[in-house]
Formats: sequence, structure tokens, C-alpha cells
Amino acid sequence: MSFLDYAPAPESTSILHLKDSYGLFIDGTFVAGHGTPFASISPATEQHIAEIASASAADVDTAVAAARKAYEKTWSKLSGSDRGKYLFRIARLIQERARELAVAETLDNGKPIKESRDVDVPLVAAWFFYYAGWADKLDHAGLGANPRALGVAAQIIPWNFPLLMLAWKIAPALAAGNTVVLKPAETTSLTALLFAEIVQQAELPDGVVNIVTGAGETGAALVRHPDVNKVAFTGSTAVGREIAKAVAGTGKKVTLELGGKAANIVFDDAPIDQAIEGIVNGIFFNQGHVCCAGSRLLVQENIHEEVVDRLKTRLATLRLGDPLDKNTDIGAINSREQLDRIRELSDIGEAEGAERWTAPCVIPENGFWFAPTIFDNVSTSSRIAREEIFGPVLSVLTFRTPAEAIAKANNTPYGLSAGIWSDKGSKILAVADKLRAGVIWANTFNRFDPASPFGGYKESGYGREGGRQGLAAYLTTAAAAESASVRTSGYSRARKQAETRTLAAGEGEGK
Amino acid sequence: MSRLTVPKTYKLYIGGKFPRSESGRTYEITTAKGVFLANASQASRKDARDAVVAARGAQSGWADATAYNRGQVLYRIAELLEGRHAQFVDELVSSEGITAAAARDQVDDAIDTWVWYAGWADKFVQVAGSGNPVSGPYFNLSVPEPTGVVAIVAPQGVAGSKPSSLLGLVSVLAPALVAGNTVVVIADQAHPLSAISLAEVLSTSDVPGGVVNILTGSPAEIAPWLAAHADVNAIDLTGADALDWVDLQIAAADTLKRVVEPEPGVPARSLDRILAFTETKTVWHTKALI
Repeated sequence: MSFLDYAPAPESTSILHLKDSYGLFIDGTFVAGHGTPFASISPATEQHIAEIASASAADVDTAVAAARKAYEKTWSKLSGSDRGKYLFRIARLIQERARELAVAETLDNGKPIKESRDVDVPLVAAWFFYYAGWADKLDHAGLGANPRALGVAAQIIPWNFPLLMLAWKIAPALAAGNTVVLKPAETTSLTALLFAEIVQQAELPDGVVNIVTGAGETGAALVRHPDVNKVAFTGSTAVGREIAKAVAGTGKKVTLELGGKAANIVFDDAPIDQAIEGIVNGIFFNQGHVCCAGSRLLVQENIHEEVVDRLKTRLATLRLGDPLDKNTDIGAINSREQLDRIRELSDIGEAEGAERWTAPCVIPENGFWFAPTIFDNVSTSSRIAREEIFGPVLSVLTFRTPAEAIAKANNTPYGLSAGIWSDKGSKILAVADKLRAGVIWANTFNRFDPASPFGGYKESGYGREGGRQGLAAYLTTAAAAESASVRTSGYSRARKQAETRTLAAGEGEGK
Repeated sequence: MSRLTVPKTYKLYIGGKFPRSESGRTYEITTAKGVFLANASQASRKDARDAVVAARGAQSGWADATAYNRGQVLYRIAELLEGRHAQFVDELVSSEGITAAAARDQVDDAIDTWVWYAGWADKFVQVAGSGNPVSGPYFNLSVPEPTGVVAIVAPQGVAGSKPSSLLGLVSVLAPALVAGNTVVVIADQAHPLSAISLAEVLSTSDVPGGVVNILTGSPAEIAPWLAAHADVNAIDLTGADALDWVDLQIAAADTLKRVVEPEPGVPARSLDRILAFTETKTVWHTKALI
């Protein structure tokens, strides 16, 4: 037994009291869904966890109606300080149930317990606590006096940080005075439903938070619902485009947080020990299921060999396996579908000539797993340098000058995040100025905080989450709110005309 | 004996130069009463694409200019416009059929709009940016940066409404420039003359070539190419109310452009218009543990 072999230290699941099946959470209670229910499984073992209801279009309609009623009858009538108090309550309840939520998240998502316990859930509580305090201070949000809520927010979140993405969406929406209908990702509904229980414990007025589970069609019905005023989406750029098209001309306000292909730039004057840890954290945190993951390592040519050698040595020490084990560094891939995509793109990377290296580790028999993988000597045109893999796969490219690093970093339609490693502050600031990305981490990576705005440039989407900027995404100025009611009819007319034209064009093609 | 006047040839403004439309097309501009004034260039898809290339080429230079410098350049436009006040009044009177008093008001307002936005160049970052108190040993700062290349459909003087071709153009052009974006703008189709005269002001002021590109012609024809252009980062549809603007917005969604929706009349001066074409960048930097 080497010093790297630890005895198993699994976190107990006895803290969980899960039900066999979960309904939709609408108007303060759990109700049956009218779609075909689906199973949520543990990606680490493929074992069944619970049956989850699927919301039909009619269920979505009921949920939006509940949110509308709650917006008009209760939530918009409450004072900001009372809204804030509810959010503070929720933050505290999350802290109280933190261990339970972390275990449920790890069980359902496959991420290591040390991440759900030390990153996801603490940030969830922090997010609610931060925005709770904003609820009675909206005049200072940067939209002038008396800014208004938008109304009903439709929110669709991904599977990589299920509960954290829920917090990013719900906390600012409620603080600003909106009510919400949230759809969790199909493979990770569990913690959203536990959150619904927390909403009940907090005695939040009925209908303020509604949670509809289901697949893509449920989300599409929610986005297209005519009584929704705001759409907030985190997920793929492809779906983001569809949403942007679906809401065009409807007057719905939109925030899109989409894909990324972040450059992590390591200069030869970087603090190498920290940089190695930062590169590992950048791409192998959460199995690389991170939209802002540092998936393109740009390393200065003269230290390329050293960095890659040290990375391999470090990766060989990562422990892959049972996500509930407290020593686990790399958990399970969230779904078979995602695993297939990672495999496919990795095979393409190899076929396109990059040198593949895989960390030596034992892959468990059941579940979905992908060992940490590095591709060296990747060309800028290779698909693994251009497309989001969303897995534990790092592409290594080199550069010689800062200008070349900047050009390569910006050579992508994405623009979500980037990393810079150097001990020279003036170089960091100069490079940071030139990178077309919404979040830049200098001598660190993958840091998140409710006070810090997050979101992308270019095709990584628009709008910000976090901070005062994230609050503004759920508000409108008093003047705009007054003119909006006049314009709504114009919006629907323009939208209908566009749809008629599209339909006519489609018929023409058919003939 | 009266002197025979020398009429002006109105062309496009692309990359700091005044080319005719590559299509060779022109269209007739008349007074409100239908008397011939000039032949304006009718810009084509190719002209629009050339304009985007010029705007992209000029973007980083304009964005890298100091905020103080951008402010002075925008203020300089107001100075030169003031000097040509009478020329613009005459042009507006003949093309829009408005009274000299109304034309004077419009030119005054256009000049003051440049001054107002010029003053924002070195302030909007302070107002919209933030220092963020994150939990951990990090310096964390958020600043708005320019979105990139912005395509604009300027307010259109449509039949039945009072045109404001100069003020309408300035009211959408100036805010987009403040943060360091470069612009391709489609002028008021029926009243494009003051837009090209403004281009003469821009080309003789300190605005670098390519920062502003002005197309005259049909927005219905040109706007779809700009909305779908992969190297355009944002589209301002303020003057697109009479177009099939939802289709433009759908086309813009393919490259996830930022979209400003149509607004009737001349938009008021606002910080929101500046911020509509900015992206918030947040920089984290570690602090040593000492």
C-alpha cells in the first residue's frame, strides 16, 4: 500500500430520507405530472434513486399561472424587507441541511462529495444570503429610483451544478420581486425537489417558487409560454440560440449563460507549483463539467515540456472513484450520453493527430467514468481545441509571445472565461485587458462568489449572474416598465407576423 | 445675375473614405414637396460587408484609445458640427420640409447630444463597474468593455411622422461609440443627406477611419445581411420598426448578437444606450497571504 492508497471513507447516505417518487412543485404543493415519469439514477452506480414526474405543457401552464397569481396577489405586494427575510430564511435552512443536500447532490450528479460539500452547497447558501440583502435596496441596483420586477421568470438550469445553478437563478429573481418557474435538468432533479421542501419549511408564499421537472420539451413549453416575462437559461450554445429565436419579438427579457472553451494561459514566469494546481482545478474540477473550464491550456513554449511532465505526475495522484468517498478527486460522468460525447470528441482528437495521455487509474465496473486525459500538441484547428467537450479532457497548445497567446485565446466564438498565470502583475493586467471573456482568473481558476458577476462575451451568451449586475437582469427601470405596457401589443403583432412568414416559407419549401 | 450653384455628390462613408456604392446604384432624394435634391448612393450587401470589415479593423484601436481621448474626439465632433451649423440647417429645411427654427433646434440638439455622450466616455465605467467583496484573498473588479462591432438601423422618418434625420442618427450613433465600439449605421432612407454631411464632419475631425461607417439606401435590403453577419457583435434596431424586425432578431440569434429592439421616434439620451453595447468583464487576482 503506497502513501497514495487511502482506506475507503464513504460519506453515509443515511442522512437522506428520499421518497420513492417526486411530483412537480406547483403553488406550494407537490402534484402529479401529466407526462411520463422518468427515473433518476446515480451515475456512479447506475442504481435507481427515485422516480421523477414529467411536466406536460398543461402542467407548465398551471405552474406559470400559479407564479403569475403569486406575483400579482402576494409577492409584488410584499415589502422588500419581507422578501429579503424569506430569502435569509432559505439561506439558513440550506446551511442547516447542508450535509444532506451535499450527499443528495453527489448521489444524483456524480460529483465528488468534497466538492458538493465544500463548494456547491456553501455557495448556494451564500447566494441566497447575498441576494436576500438586496431585496430592500433595489434603488441602489443601478437602474435609478424605484426599479420594477419583470414578473414571472422562466428558468432552465443544467446538470453540472444542479443546486448551485438553481440558487444563481432563484435568489436574484426573488430578491428583485419576481416569481419563478424553474426546470432542473432531466438527470439532476433531486436537489431542486429537496429545495422545494426547504421552500415549504421557509413558509414562502405559495406559487412564488414552482419547480417543473422534465426533459427538453418541458423547457421549450416554459420558454415559449406567453405569460412569462423573463427567460434565464444556462446550458449549451445550441439551445441558447433556439431560445433567443423563440423569444425574439415577444418582449421577454433574456439572460443566456452558454458554452465556453476557455484558454488557461501559463507564462514562463508563472509560479509553477500554483499553476499546476490551477490547471488541474481548471479542467478536472467537477470532471470538467464546467462551462468556464480551462479546457485549452496555452503554455509558453520554453516551459511546455516541464509543465506537461509535472501535470502528468500530478494527475497520476488523482483518485477517481466513488463520489461519496471523501478522498475522491474525480467523480462520475453525469450520464451515458455525456460520456459518449466525451469519448467521441477524444477519439476525434486522436484521429486529428494530437498526442493522447490518460492518467493511470482503475475505472469502476458500473457507472459512467472517464479518466483524466491530456492531449498534447493540439493544433488550433482541431475540434478538441474548438468545441466544448464538457469533460475531463485538456488540450495543450503552445505560444511564444503574449500577443500570440492573446490571439490564440481569443480565437474562438466563445468568450466565457480565461486564466492567466504569471508573477508579473503588469503583464497580467495587460493580457487581461485584451482577452475577450467575461471572467478572467489571474493566478487562480474556477472561483465563484455571489458578489462577483459571471457571464460571457460573444457566443457564450449575454447578461450577468452574480453581483449587482446579476440583480439588474431581473429588474427594469420605472420608465421602461411604464412604456412596456404600451408596447406589448406591438410585440405580439410583430412576432405573429414573423411566425406567419416562417410558416408560409415552410409551406413553399414543401411544394 | 444669380450664380449657378455647385451641388454636392453624396456617397457612402466606409473606412474613412467616400466610395460610391459598388453596385453603381443611386436613388433620388427629393424635398418634402417632391423637388429633386440629389442622388444618394444605394448601398448593397457588398457595401455592408465592406463596412463591417472596416469597422472590425478599426475596433481595437478605438477601444484602446484612452477614455479621455475618446471623450475629446466625440467632443470635437460637436465643435465641428457647431461650425457647420448653418449648412445643416439649410440641408434639413430642404430635405425634411421643416421650418428653419425647427431645423435649428434639431441641429442644436444633435450638437448637445454629442457633448453629453462625450462626457460619459471616462465615467460610465465608474458608474456601471464594481469592486466586488468576494469571500477569499482575491482582488475582484468588474468593468464594462465595448461589445465590438455594432450595426445600427437609424431612426427612419416614415410617412406621416416628423423626420429628425440628423438628430435621430446622432442619438443612436454617439452612445454606441462611447465605450469603444465601431459602427455600421444605415441612415434614414428618405432623408440621408445630413448623414453624409455628418460623415464629412467625422472625416475631418479626429474620428479614426472605420470607426463610423455610414450607409444610405434601403434598410429592408441591407439590415438582414448585417443581422446575419458573423463579425457583427450587436445590432441596434431602433429605427427598424417598419421592417420585419422580428426576423432580423431571429437572424441575429444565430450568432447570439446583442439586440436593441425598435423604438419609435428619436431615443432620449441615456446611459442605458451606452451600456447596451458593453460587456462586463470581471477579473480575479490572488492576494498573497502575508
